[in-house]
Amino acid sequence: MTEVMFVLAASLVFGIGVWGLLIAEHLLRKLLALNVMSSSVFIIMLVVSGDGGTSPDPVAQALILTGIVIAVAATAFALALMISIYRATGRPSISESDDDDR
Amino acid sequence: MIAEALTGLVFIPLGVTLVVLLLPDRARGPLCLAAVLALPLCLLPLTEAVWTNGDITLVLAEFAPPLGIVWRLDGLALIMLWLTAIVAVPVSIHALTSFPPGQASGREFWPLWMMLLAGINALFLSADLFNLYVTLEMITLAGVAMIGIGGKALALKAAMRYLLLGLLASLLYLLAVGLIYGQTGALDIDLVGERLQPGRMAATALVLMTTGLLVKSAIFPMHVWLPAAHGNAPGPVSAILSGLVVKVSLYMLIRIWLWMAGDWELPAAATALGLLGAGAILYGSIAALIQPRLKMVIAYSTVAQLGYVMLLFPLASIEAYRAASYQLLAHGLAKAAMFLAAANILKSLGTDRLIALTDLDRKLPVDLFAFTLAAVSIMGLPPSGGFLAKWMLLEAAWRQEAWGWLVLVSVGSLLSAAYLFRVIALTCFHPGRRHASTRWQTPPRSATNAALILALLAIAAGFTSAPLLSLIDGSLPPGGIWP
Repeated sequence: MTEVMFVLAASLVFGIGVWGLLIAEHLLRKLLALNVMSSSVFIIMLVVSGDGGTSPDPVAQALILTGIVIAVAATAFALALMISIYRATGRPSISESDDDDR
Repeated sequence: MIAEALTGLVFIPLGVTLVVLLLPDRARGPLCLAAVLALPLCLLPLTEAVWTNGDITLVLAEFAPPLGIVWRLDGLALIMLWLTAIVAVPVSIHALTSFPPGQASGREFWPLWMMLLAGINALFLSADLFNLYVTLEMITLAGVAMIGIGGKALALKAAMRYLLLGLLASLLYLLAVGLIYGQTGALDIDLVGERLQPGRMAATALVLMTTGLLVKSAIFPMHVWLPAAHGNAPGPVSAILSGLVVKVSLYMLIRIWLWMAGDWELPAAATALGLLGAGAILYGSIAALIQPRLKMVIAYSTVAQLGYVMLLFPLASIEAYRAASYQLLAHGLAKAAMFLAAANILKSLGTDRLIALTDLDRKLPVDLFAFTLAAVSIMGLPPSGGFLAKWMLLEAAWRQEAWGWLVLVSVGSLLSAAYLFRVIALTCFHPGRRHASTRWQTPPRSATNAALILALLAIAAGFTSAPLLSLIDGSLPPGGIWP
Protein backbone atom coordinates (compact mmCIF):
# COMPACT_ATOMS: atom_id res chain seq x y z
CA MET A 1 0.00 0.00 0.00
CA THR A 2 2.75 2.48 0.90
CA GLU A 3 4.39 1.61 -2.43
CA VAL A 4 1.31 2.75 -4.32
CA MET A 5 1.23 5.94 -2.23
CA PHE A 6 4.85 6.67 -3.07
CA VAL A 7 4.35 6.04 -6.78
CA LEU A 8 1.24 8.24 -6.86
CA ALA A 9 2.99 11.03 -4.97
CA ALA A 10 6.05 10.80 -7.21
CA SER A 11 3.86 10.88 -10.32
CA LEU A 12 2.18 14.01 -9.00
CA VAL A 13 5.58 15.62 -8.37
CA PHE A 14 6.67 14.61 -11.87
CA GLY A 15 3.57 16.25 -13.31
CA ILE A 16 4.25 19.44 -11.35
CA GLY A 17 7.76 19.45 -12.78
CA VAL A 18 6.54 19.05 -16.37
CA TRP A 19 4.00 21.82 -15.79
CA GLY A 20 6.68 24.14 -14.42
CA LEU A 21 9.06 23.35 -17.27
CA LEU A 22 6.45 24.19 -19.87
CA ILE A 23 4.86 27.22 -18.20
CA ALA A 24 7.72 29.07 -16.52
CA GLU A 25 9.28 31.97 -18.39
CA HIS A 26 12.32 32.53 -16.20
CA LEU A 27 15.08 30.00 -16.93
CA LEU A 28 15.82 29.50 -13.23
CA ARG A 29 12.24 28.32 -12.72
CA LYS A 30 12.57 25.93 -15.65
CA LEU A 31 15.75 24.46 -14.15
CA LEU A 32 14.11 24.11 -10.75
CA ALA A 33 11.20 22.34 -12.43
CA LEU A 34 13.63 19.89 -14.02
CA ASN A 35 15.19 19.24 -10.63
CA VAL A 36 11.75 18.59 -9.12
CA MET A 37 11.14 16.10 -11.91
CA SER A 38 14.41 14.31 -11.32
CA SER A 39 13.61 13.95 -7.62
CA SER A 40 10.35 12.23 -8.50
CA VAL A 41 12.18 9.88 -10.89
CA PHE A 42 14.59 8.93 -8.11
CA ILE A 43 11.69 8.23 -5.73
CA ILE A 44 10.03 5.95 -8.27
CA MET A 45 13.31 4.14 -8.96
CA LEU A 46 13.78 3.54 -5.25
CA VAL A 47 10.22 2.31 -4.71
CA VAL A 48 9.96 -0.11 -7.62
CA SER A 49 13.28 -1.81 -6.84
CA GLY A 50 13.87 -4.06 -3.85
CA ASP A 51 11.29 -6.25 -2.18
CA GLY A 52 8.68 -3.92 -0.81
CA GLY A 53 10.83 -1.90 1.56
CA THR A 54 12.09 -4.56 3.98
CA SER A 55 15.61 -4.63 2.50
CA PRO A 56 16.83 -1.86 0.22
CA ASP A 57 18.41 -2.73 -3.14
CA PRO A 58 22.03 -1.49 -3.21
CA VAL A 59 22.21 -1.46 -7.03
CA ALA A 60 19.20 0.84 -7.26
CA GLN A 61 20.78 3.12 -4.67
CA ALA A 62 24.00 3.23 -6.67
CA LEU A 63 22.05 4.09 -9.83
CA ILE A 64 20.18 6.87 -8.05
CA LEU A 65 23.39 8.24 -6.58
CA THR A 66 24.91 8.37 -10.05
CA GLY A 67 21.73 10.02 -11.28
CA ILE A 68 21.96 12.67 -8.56
CA VAL A 69 25.58 13.40 -9.45
CA ILE A 70 24.63 13.80 -13.12
CA ALA A 71 21.66 16.02 -12.19
CA VAL A 72 23.92 18.27 -10.11
CA ALA A 73 26.46 18.55 -12.91
CA ALA A 74 23.77 19.25 -15.50
CA THR A 75 22.16 21.89 -13.26
CA ALA A 76 25.49 23.61 -12.65
CA PHE A 77 26.17 23.69 -16.37
CA ALA A 78 22.65 24.94 -17.15
CA LEU A 79 23.05 27.76 -14.60
CA ALA A 80 26.32 28.82 -16.26
CA LEU A 81 24.59 28.77 -19.64
CA MET A 82 21.72 30.82 -18.19
CA ILE A 83 24.17 33.47 -16.98
CA SER A 84 25.78 33.63 -20.44
CA ILE A 85 22.34 34.13 -21.98
CA TYR A 86 21.58 36.86 -19.47
CA ARG A 87 24.87 38.61 -20.31
CA ALA A 88 24.29 38.30 -24.05
CA THR A 89 20.63 39.32 -24.18
CA GLY A 90 19.93 41.10 -20.89
CA ARG A 91 17.08 38.70 -20.14
CA PRO A 92 17.03 35.35 -18.32
CA SER A 93 14.61 33.73 -20.77
CA ILE A 94 14.52 32.11 -24.20
CA SER A 95 11.13 33.30 -25.39
CA GLU A 96 10.50 32.96 -29.12
CA SER A 97 9.46 36.56 -29.71
CA ASP A 98 12.92 38.10 -29.95
CA ASP A 99 14.52 35.36 -32.07
CA ASP A 100 15.75 36.41 -35.45
CA ASP A 101 16.41 33.47 -37.73
CA ARG A 102 15.87 35.33 -40.95
CA MET B 1 45.33 -6.58 -27.32
CA ILE B 2 41.58 -6.56 -28.02
CA ALA B 3 40.73 -5.35 -24.51
CA GLU B 4 43.38 -2.62 -24.76
CA ALA B 5 42.03 -1.45 -28.11
CA LEU B 6 38.47 -1.37 -26.75
CA THR B 7 39.42 0.61 -23.66
CA GLY B 8 41.63 2.87 -25.78
CA LEU B 9 38.62 3.97 -27.80
CA VAL B 10 37.08 5.47 -24.68
CA PHE B 11 40.00 6.21 -22.39
CA ILE B 12 42.31 7.91 -24.91
CA PRO B 13 39.83 10.76 -25.54
CA LEU B 14 38.76 10.77 -21.88
CA GLY B 15 42.37 11.03 -20.66
CA VAL B 16 43.14 13.72 -23.22
CA THR B 17 40.08 15.68 -21.99
CA LEU B 18 41.72 15.97 -18.59
CA VAL B 19 45.29 16.51 -19.82
CA VAL B 20 44.33 19.15 -22.36
CA LEU B 21 42.77 21.32 -19.66
CA LEU B 22 46.23 21.73 -18.14
CA LEU B 23 47.94 22.63 -21.41
CA PRO B 24 48.49 26.07 -22.91
CA ASP B 25 46.22 26.99 -25.85
CA ARG B 26 48.84 26.36 -28.51
CA ALA B 27 49.34 22.72 -27.57
CA ARG B 28 45.66 21.82 -27.26
CA GLY B 29 44.76 21.37 -30.93
CA PRO B 30 47.76 19.23 -31.95
CA LEU B 31 47.42 16.90 -28.94
CA CYS B 32 43.72 16.38 -29.63
CA LEU B 33 44.40 15.73 -33.30
CA ALA B 34 46.92 13.06 -32.27
CA ALA B 35 44.30 11.47 -30.01
CA VAL B 36 41.78 11.46 -32.85
CA LEU B 37 44.32 9.82 -35.17
CA ALA B 38 44.79 7.07 -32.58
CA LEU B 39 41.12 6.02 -32.85
CA PRO B 40 41.42 4.32 -36.28
CA LEU B 41 44.53 2.53 -34.98
CA CYS B 42 42.43 1.12 -32.12
CA LEU B 43 39.69 0.14 -34.54
CA LEU B 44 41.92 -1.85 -36.94
CA PRO B 45 42.61 -4.86 -34.65
CA LEU B 46 38.99 -4.78 -33.48
CA THR B 47 37.73 -4.87 -37.05
CA GLU B 48 39.90 -7.87 -37.80
CA ALA B 49 38.70 -9.65 -34.66
CA VAL B 50 35.01 -9.00 -35.39
CA TRP B 51 35.55 -10.01 -39.02
CA THR B 52 37.07 -13.39 -38.16
CA ASN B 53 35.49 -14.32 -34.81
CA GLY B 54 32.24 -12.34 -34.59
CA ASP B 55 31.08 -10.26 -31.64
CA ILE B 56 33.49 -9.18 -28.91
CA THR B 57 32.33 -8.97 -25.30
CA LEU B 58 34.33 -7.24 -22.60
CA VAL B 59 33.26 -7.72 -18.99
CA LEU B 60 34.50 -4.60 -17.20
CA ALA B 61 36.51 -5.29 -14.04
CA GLU B 62 35.43 -8.94 -14.39
CA PHE B 63 32.08 -8.43 -12.70
CA ALA B 64 29.59 -10.42 -14.76
CA PRO B 65 26.05 -9.10 -15.27
CA PRO B 66 23.51 -8.63 -13.77
CA LEU B 67 25.76 -6.79 -11.27
CA GLY B 68 28.62 -5.88 -13.59
CA ILE B 69 28.77 -3.83 -16.77
CA VAL B 70 29.46 -5.29 -20.19
CA TRP B 71 30.76 -3.74 -23.40
CA ARG B 72 29.72 -5.50 -26.57
CA LEU B 73 31.11 -4.87 -30.04
CA ASP B 74 29.22 -6.24 -33.04
CA GLY B 75 29.10 -5.27 -36.69
CA LEU B 76 26.63 -2.41 -36.24
CA ALA B 77 28.60 -0.92 -33.32
CA LEU B 78 31.81 -1.29 -35.31
CA ILE B 79 30.37 0.61 -38.28
CA MET B 80 29.21 3.42 -36.01
CA LEU B 81 32.63 3.57 -34.33
CA TRP B 82 34.29 3.79 -37.76
CA LEU B 83 31.89 6.56 -38.75
CA THR B 84 32.88 8.47 -35.60
CA ALA B 85 36.61 8.00 -36.18
CA ILE B 86 36.39 8.88 -39.89
CA VAL B 87 34.32 12.02 -39.31
CA ALA B 88 36.47 13.05 -36.34
CA VAL B 89 39.72 13.38 -38.32
CA PRO B 90 38.66 15.94 -40.97
CA VAL B 91 36.51 17.79 -38.42
CA SER B 92 39.53 18.15 -36.12
CA ILE B 93 41.69 19.38 -39.01
CA HIS B 94 38.97 21.89 -39.87
CA ALA B 95 38.72 22.96 -36.22
CA LEU B 96 42.46 23.71 -36.11
CA THR B 97 41.80 26.56 -38.54
CA SER B 98 38.36 27.65 -37.34
CA PHE B 99 39.32 27.66 -33.63
CA PRO B 100 42.87 28.99 -33.92
CA PRO B 101 45.06 28.85 -30.80
CA GLY B 102 45.12 32.03 -28.78
CA GLN B 103 41.37 32.65 -29.00
CA ALA B 104 38.93 31.83 -26.22
CA SER B 105 36.86 29.69 -28.59
CA GLY B 106 39.81 27.38 -29.21
CA ARG B 107 40.43 26.95 -25.49
CA GLU B 108 36.88 25.70 -25.00
CA PHE B 109 36.45 23.57 -28.08
CA TRP B 110 39.16 20.94 -27.64
CA PRO B 111 38.35 19.56 -24.16
CA LEU B 112 34.63 19.48 -25.01
CA TRP B 113 35.30 17.70 -28.30
CA MET B 114 37.40 15.04 -26.56
CA MET B 115 34.75 14.53 -23.88
CA LEU B 116 32.11 14.18 -26.59
CA LEU B 117 34.22 11.60 -28.46
CA ALA B 118 34.75 9.56 -25.28
CA GLY B 119 31.00 9.62 -24.67
CA ILE B 120 30.12 8.61 -28.23
CA ASN B 121 32.59 5.72 -28.32
CA ALA B 122 31.48 4.49 -24.89
CA LEU B 123 27.83 4.63 -25.95
CA PHE B 124 28.37 2.53 -29.06
CA LEU B 125 30.14 -0.10 -26.94
CA SER B 126 27.69 -0.16 -24.03
CA ALA B 127 25.28 -3.04 -23.69
CA ASP B 128 23.89 -1.81 -20.40
CA LEU B 129 20.82 0.42 -20.15
CA PHE B 130 22.16 2.59 -17.33
CA ASN B 131 25.58 2.91 -18.92
CA LEU B 132 23.81 4.11 -22.05
CA TYR B 133 22.07 6.77 -19.95
CA VAL B 134 25.36 8.03 -18.48
CA THR B 135 27.10 8.19 -21.85
CA LEU B 136 24.09 9.85 -23.49
CA GLU B 137 24.11 12.52 -20.79
CA MET B 138 27.83 13.08 -21.30
CA ILE B 139 27.22 13.54 -25.02
CA THR B 140 24.33 15.95 -24.49
CA LEU B 141 26.21 18.14 -22.01
CA ALA B 142 29.34 18.31 -24.19
CA GLY B 143 27.28 18.91 -27.32
CA VAL B 144 25.25 21.72 -25.76
CA ALA B 145 28.37 23.41 -24.44
CA MET B 146 29.95 23.28 -27.91
CA ILE B 147 26.98 25.08 -29.50
CA GLY B 148 27.53 28.06 -27.21
CA ILE B 149 31.28 28.36 -27.88
CA GLY B 150 31.06 31.48 -30.04
CA GLY B 151 28.97 33.30 -27.40
CA LYS B 152 26.39 34.47 -29.98
CA ALA B 153 23.03 35.18 -28.34
CA LEU B 154 21.16 33.10 -30.93
CA ALA B 155 23.45 30.12 -30.42
CA LEU B 156 23.27 30.38 -26.63
CA LYS B 157 19.48 30.38 -26.69
CA ALA B 158 19.40 27.44 -29.09
CA ALA B 159 21.81 25.62 -26.78
CA MET B 160 19.56 26.27 -23.78
CA ARG B 161 16.49 25.02 -25.61
CA TYR B 162 18.39 21.88 -26.59
CA LEU B 163 19.62 21.41 -23.02
CA LEU B 164 16.16 21.75 -21.44
CA LEU B 165 14.56 19.32 -23.88
CA GLY B 166 17.58 17.03 -23.65
CA LEU B 167 17.40 16.88 -19.85
CA LEU B 168 13.65 16.22 -19.99
CA ALA B 169 14.31 13.40 -22.46
CA SER B 170 17.04 11.94 -20.24
CA LEU B 171 14.67 11.90 -17.29
CA LEU B 172 12.03 10.01 -19.27
CA TYR B 173 14.69 7.49 -20.27
CA LEU B 174 16.01 7.19 -16.71
CA LEU B 175 12.49 6.63 -15.37
CA ALA B 176 12.08 3.80 -17.87
CA VAL B 177 15.41 2.29 -16.81
CA GLY B 178 14.21 2.41 -13.20
CA LEU B 179 10.95 0.65 -14.08
CA ILE B 180 12.78 -2.02 -16.08
CA TYR B 181 15.31 -2.60 -13.32
CA GLY B 182 12.50 -2.91 -10.78
CA GLN B 183 10.80 -5.50 -12.97
CA THR B 184 13.80 -7.59 -14.07
CA GLY B 185 16.65 -6.85 -11.68
CA ALA B 186 18.89 -6.52 -14.77
CA LEU B 187 20.30 -3.71 -16.88
CA ASP B 188 22.16 -5.66 -19.57
CA ILE B 189 20.13 -5.30 -22.79
CA ASP B 190 20.19 -9.01 -23.66
CA LEU B 191 19.33 -10.09 -20.11
CA VAL B 192 16.48 -7.57 -19.95
CA GLY B 193 15.24 -8.83 -23.31
CA GLU B 194 15.07 -12.36 -21.88
CA ARG B 195 13.51 -11.45 -18.54
CA LEU B 196 11.14 -8.61 -19.38
CA GLN B 197 7.63 -9.92 -20.06
CA PRO B 198 5.40 -7.80 -22.27
CA GLY B 199 2.81 -6.16 -20.04
CA ARG B 200 1.65 -2.82 -18.72
CA MET B 201 4.92 -1.99 -16.93
CA ALA B 202 7.06 -3.03 -19.89
CA ALA B 203 4.88 -1.05 -22.29
CA THR B 204 5.12 2.07 -20.09
CA ALA B 205 8.89 1.73 -19.96
CA LEU B 206 9.16 1.27 -23.72
CA VAL B 207 6.96 4.32 -24.40
CA LEU B 208 8.99 6.49 -21.97
CA MET B 209 12.30 5.36 -23.47
CA THR B 210 11.13 5.81 -27.02
CA THR B 211 9.76 9.29 -26.33
CA GLY B 212 13.01 10.35 -24.65
CA LEU B 213 15.14 9.03 -27.49
CA LEU B 214 12.89 10.56 -30.16
CA VAL B 215 13.38 13.96 -28.51
CA LYS B 216 17.15 13.45 -28.45
CA SER B 217 17.19 12.33 -32.10
CA ALA B 218 14.96 15.25 -33.13
CA ILE B 219 12.42 13.02 -34.86
CA PHE B 220 9.34 14.94 -36.03
CA PRO B 221 7.41 16.41 -34.16
CA MET B 222 10.09 16.53 -31.42
CA HIS B 223 12.57 18.20 -33.80
CA VAL B 224 11.87 21.78 -32.67
CA TRP B 225 15.24 22.27 -30.99
CA LEU B 226 17.41 20.95 -33.82
CA PRO B 227 17.36 23.53 -36.64
CA ALA B 228 18.28 26.51 -34.46
CA ALA B 229 20.92 24.51 -32.55
CA HIS B 230 22.60 22.99 -35.62
CA GLY B 231 22.10 26.07 -37.77
CA ASN B 232 23.67 28.55 -35.33
CA ALA B 233 26.51 26.47 -33.87
CA PRO B 234 30.11 27.21 -34.96
CA GLY B 235 31.08 25.43 -38.23
CA PRO B 236 32.82 22.23 -37.09
CA VAL B 237 30.37 21.89 -34.19
CA SER B 238 27.42 21.80 -36.63
CA ALA B 239 29.20 19.03 -38.51
CA ILE B 240 29.76 17.06 -35.31
CA LEU B 241 26.19 17.50 -34.08
CA SER B 242 24.48 16.65 -37.36
CA GLY B 243 26.98 14.01 -38.44
CA LEU B 244 27.42 12.12 -35.17
CA VAL B 245 25.42 13.27 -32.15
CA VAL B 246 21.89 12.75 -33.50
CA LYS B 247 22.91 9.28 -34.75
CA VAL B 248 23.77 8.22 -31.24
CA SER B 249 20.24 8.29 -29.86
CA LEU B 250 18.83 6.71 -33.05
CA TYR B 251 21.34 3.90 -32.59
CA MET B 252 20.04 3.43 -29.03
CA LEU B 253 16.48 3.39 -30.32
CA ILE B 254 17.36 0.62 -32.77
CA ARG B 255 19.16 -1.36 -30.04
CA ILE B 256 16.24 -1.08 -27.65
CA TRP B 257 13.51 -1.85 -30.15
CA LEU B 258 15.25 -4.71 -31.96
CA TRP B 259 17.38 -6.22 -29.18
CA MET B 260 15.41 -5.59 -26.01
CA ALA B 261 11.86 -5.65 -27.40
CA GLY B 262 12.68 -7.59 -30.57
CA ASP B 263 10.26 -10.45 -30.02
CA TRP B 264 7.29 -8.40 -28.84
CA GLU B 265 4.46 -8.13 -31.32
CA LEU B 266 4.09 -4.38 -31.74
CA PRO B 267 2.90 -3.73 -35.30
CA ALA B 268 0.78 -0.68 -34.39
CA ALA B 269 3.60 1.00 -32.47
CA ALA B 270 6.05 0.22 -35.29
CA THR B 271 3.68 1.79 -37.81
CA ALA B 272 3.37 4.84 -35.57
CA LEU B 273 7.17 5.21 -35.52
CA GLY B 274 7.17 4.89 -39.30
CA LEU B 275 4.53 7.61 -39.58
CA LEU B 276 6.68 9.91 -37.42
CA GLY B 277 9.49 9.18 -39.90
CA ALA B 278 7.15 10.07 -42.75
CA GLY B 279 6.26 13.33 -41.00
CA ALA B 280 9.96 14.07 -40.55
CA ILE B 281 10.74 13.43 -44.22
CA LEU B 282 7.89 15.57 -45.55
CA TYR B 283 8.02 18.38 -42.98
CA GLY B 284 11.84 18.61 -42.88
CA SER B 285 12.12 18.69 -46.66
CA ILE B 286 9.44 21.33 -47.15
CA ALA B 287 10.87 23.48 -44.34
CA ALA B 288 14.34 23.14 -45.93
CA LEU B 289 12.85 24.36 -49.18
CA ILE B 290 11.82 27.72 -47.72
CA GLN B 291 14.81 28.54 -45.47
CA PRO B 292 16.64 31.75 -46.32
CA ARG B 293 20.00 30.66 -44.83
CA LEU B 294 22.28 27.87 -46.04
CA LYS B 295 22.99 26.36 -42.63
CA MET B 296 19.28 26.32 -41.81
CA VAL B 297 18.61 24.45 -45.08
CA ILE B 298 21.18 21.84 -44.06
CA ALA B 299 19.78 21.62 -40.52
CA TYR B 300 16.22 20.99 -41.76
CA SER B 301 17.65 18.47 -44.20
CA THR B 302 18.95 16.57 -41.15
CA VAL B 303 15.42 16.50 -39.72
CA ALA B 304 14.22 14.97 -43.01
CA GLN B 305 17.06 12.48 -43.49
CA LEU B 306 16.73 11.05 -39.97
CA GLY B 307 13.13 10.17 -40.87
CA TYR B 308 14.35 7.46 -43.27
CA VAL B 309 15.94 5.54 -40.39
CA MET B 310 12.55 5.36 -38.68
CA LEU B 311 11.12 3.39 -41.62
CA LEU B 312 13.12 0.43 -40.28
CA PHE B 313 10.44 -0.18 -37.66
CA PRO B 314 7.36 -0.69 -39.88
CA LEU B 315 9.34 -2.48 -42.62
CA ALA B 316 11.18 -4.76 -40.12
CA SER B 317 13.21 -6.94 -42.48
CA ILE B 318 16.84 -7.63 -43.27
CA GLU B 319 16.73 -5.19 -46.19
CA ALA B 320 15.28 -2.45 -43.98
CA TYR B 321 17.88 -3.14 -41.29
CA ARG B 322 20.66 -2.88 -43.86
CA ALA B 323 19.13 0.30 -45.25
CA ALA B 324 18.80 1.97 -41.84
CA SER B 325 22.38 1.10 -40.86
CA TYR B 326 23.64 2.35 -44.21
CA GLN B 327 21.61 5.53 -43.91
CA LEU B 328 23.17 6.27 -40.50
CA LEU B 329 26.64 5.89 -42.03
CA ALA B 330 26.04 7.66 -45.34
CA HIS B 331 24.15 10.57 -43.81
CA GLY B 332 26.83 11.02 -41.15
CA LEU B 333 29.56 11.38 -43.77
CA ALA B 334 27.58 13.53 -46.21
CA LYS B 335 26.08 15.86 -43.59
CA ALA B 336 29.42 16.46 -41.87
CA ALA B 337 30.92 17.30 -45.28
CA MET B 338 28.04 19.64 -46.06
CA PHE B 339 28.31 21.55 -42.78
CA LEU B 340 32.10 21.91 -43.14
CA ALA B 341 31.65 23.27 -46.68
CA ALA B 342 28.93 25.61 -45.41
CA ALA B 343 31.26 26.75 -42.61
CA ASN B 344 33.90 27.65 -45.20
CA ILE B 345 31.35 29.52 -47.31
CA LEU B 346 29.97 31.37 -44.27
CA LYS B 347 33.44 32.38 -43.11
CA SER B 348 34.53 33.42 -46.57
CA LEU B 349 31.50 35.57 -47.41
CA GLY B 350 30.64 36.68 -43.87
CA THR B 351 27.05 35.47 -44.39
CA ASP B 352 25.25 32.31 -45.41
CA ARG B 353 22.09 33.95 -46.73
CA LEU B 354 21.23 32.12 -49.93
CA ILE B 355 20.84 35.43 -51.77
CA ALA B 356 24.50 36.22 -51.10
CA LEU B 357 25.72 32.90 -52.51
CA THR B 358 25.63 33.97 -56.16
CA ASP B 359 28.85 33.66 -58.11
CA LEU B 360 30.12 31.02 -55.70
CA ASP B 361 31.32 28.73 -58.50
CA ARG B 362 33.97 31.33 -59.33
CA LYS B 363 34.79 32.40 -55.79
CA LEU B 364 35.00 29.07 -53.95
CA PRO B 365 34.92 26.30 -56.57
CA VAL B 366 36.37 23.52 -54.39
CA ASP B 367 34.09 24.20 -51.41
CA LEU B 368 31.11 24.27 -53.74
CA PHE B 369 32.28 21.01 -55.31
CA ALA B 370 32.45 19.39 -51.86
CA PHE B 371 28.97 20.67 -51.06
CA THR B 372 27.62 19.31 -54.33
CA LEU B 373 29.20 15.88 -53.86
CA ALA B 374 27.65 15.67 -50.39
CA ALA B 375 24.34 16.79 -51.89
CA VAL B 376 24.52 13.91 -54.40
CA SER B 377 24.63 11.47 -51.48
CA ILE B 378 21.85 13.22 -49.55
CA MET B 379 19.59 13.25 -52.60
CA GLY B 380 20.31 9.56 -53.10
CA LEU B 381 21.76 9.82 -56.60
CA PRO B 382 24.02 6.96 -57.71
CA PRO B 383 26.83 6.23 -57.06
CA SER B 384 26.87 7.24 -53.42
CA GLY B 385 26.25 5.91 -49.93
CA GLY B 386 22.93 7.72 -49.75
CA PHE B 387 21.81 6.07 -53.00
CA LEU B 388 22.50 2.58 -51.62
CA ALA B 389 20.63 3.32 -48.39
CA LYS B 390 17.56 4.56 -50.21
CA TRP B 391 17.74 1.81 -52.81
CA MET B 392 17.72 -0.86 -50.09
CA LEU B 393 14.82 0.91 -48.39
CA LEU B 394 12.87 0.85 -51.67
CA GLU B 395 13.76 -2.83 -52.06
CA ALA B 396 12.46 -3.56 -48.55
CA ALA B 397 9.19 -1.74 -49.27
CA TRP B 398 8.88 -3.46 -52.68
CA ARG B 399 9.34 -6.97 -51.24
CA GLN B 400 6.62 -6.40 -48.68
CA GLU B 401 4.37 -4.67 -51.20
CA ALA B 402 4.25 -1.70 -48.83
CA TRP B 403 3.40 0.81 -51.53
CA GLY B 404 2.79 3.71 -49.14
CA TRP B 405 6.36 3.59 -47.81
CA LEU B 406 7.66 3.12 -51.35
CA VAL B 407 5.96 6.30 -52.51
CA LEU B 408 7.17 8.13 -49.41
CA VAL B 409 10.84 7.27 -50.01
CA SER B 410 10.56 8.38 -53.65
CA VAL B 411 8.79 11.63 -52.81
CA GLY B 412 11.33 12.31 -50.05
CA SER B 413 14.20 11.92 -52.53
CA LEU B 414 12.51 14.27 -54.99
CA LEU B 415 11.98 16.87 -52.26
CA SER B 416 15.62 16.63 -51.14
CA ALA B 417 16.69 17.13 -54.74
CA ALA B 418 14.44 20.20 -54.85
CA TYR B 419 15.84 21.92 -51.78
CA LEU B 420 19.47 21.11 -52.63
CA PHE B 421 19.22 22.08 -56.30
CA ARG B 422 17.67 25.36 -55.15
CA VAL B 423 20.94 26.09 -53.33
CA ILE B 424 23.21 24.80 -56.09
CA ALA B 425 21.35 26.72 -58.80
CA LEU B 426 21.73 29.97 -56.84
CA THR B 427 25.48 29.48 -56.44
CA CYS B 428 25.93 29.25 -60.21
CA PHE B 429 23.87 32.36 -60.88
CA HIS B 430 25.94 35.32 -62.03
CA PRO B 431 24.32 38.69 -61.56
CA GLY B 432 25.62 41.64 -63.52
CA ARG B 433 28.93 43.03 -62.36
CA ARG B 434 27.22 45.98 -60.74
CA HIS B 435 25.43 43.79 -58.18
CA ALA B 436 28.11 41.20 -57.63
CA SER B 437 29.79 41.56 -54.28
CA THR B 438 33.52 41.39 -54.71
CA ARG B 439 34.55 40.93 -51.12
CA TRP B 440 35.43 37.44 -50.07
CA GLN B 441 38.45 35.70 -48.65
CA THR B 442 39.64 32.24 -49.64
CA PRO B 443 39.29 29.82 -46.74
CA PRO B 444 42.40 27.97 -45.53
CA ARG B 445 43.42 25.10 -47.83
CA SER B 446 43.16 22.54 -45.02
CA ALA B 447 39.58 23.58 -44.18
CA THR B 448 38.54 23.16 -47.81
CA ASN B 449 40.29 19.80 -48.06
CA ALA B 450 38.59 18.56 -44.87
CA ALA B 451 35.17 19.16 -46.42
CA LEU B 452 36.27 17.65 -49.73
CA ILE B 453 37.66 14.47 -48.14
CA LEU B 454 34.44 13.84 -46.22
CA ALA B 455 32.35 14.46 -49.35
CA LEU B 456 34.49 12.01 -51.35
CA LEU B 457 34.06 9.44 -48.58
CA ALA B 458 30.29 9.91 -48.73
CA ILE B 459 30.45 9.04 -52.43
CA ALA B 460 32.93 6.21 -51.81
CA ALA B 461 30.47 4.62 -49.37
CA GLY B 462 28.52 3.71 -52.50
CA PHE B 463 31.35 1.44 -53.67
CA THR B 464 32.25 -0.32 -50.43
CA SER B 465 28.92 -2.00 -49.80
CA ALA B 466 30.16 -5.62 -49.81
CA PRO B 467 32.30 -5.60 -46.63
CA LEU B 468 29.93 -3.19 -44.86
CA LEU B 469 26.86 -5.28 -45.64
CA SER B 470 28.51 -8.47 -44.45
CA LEU B 471 29.38 -6.69 -41.18
CA ILE B 472 25.76 -5.52 -40.89
CA ASP B 473 24.45 -9.00 -41.71
CA GLY B 474 26.74 -10.41 -39.03
CA SER B 475 24.99 -8.29 -36.39
CA LEU B 476 21.35 -9.09 -37.03
CA PRO B 477 19.18 -8.56 -33.98
CA PRO B 478 17.75 -11.59 -32.19
CA GLY B 479 14.03 -12.28 -32.40
CA GLY B 480 11.85 -13.77 -35.06
CA ILE B 481 10.85 -10.80 -37.21
CA TRP B 482 13.56 -11.31 -39.80
CA PRO B 483 12.19 -13.06 -42.87
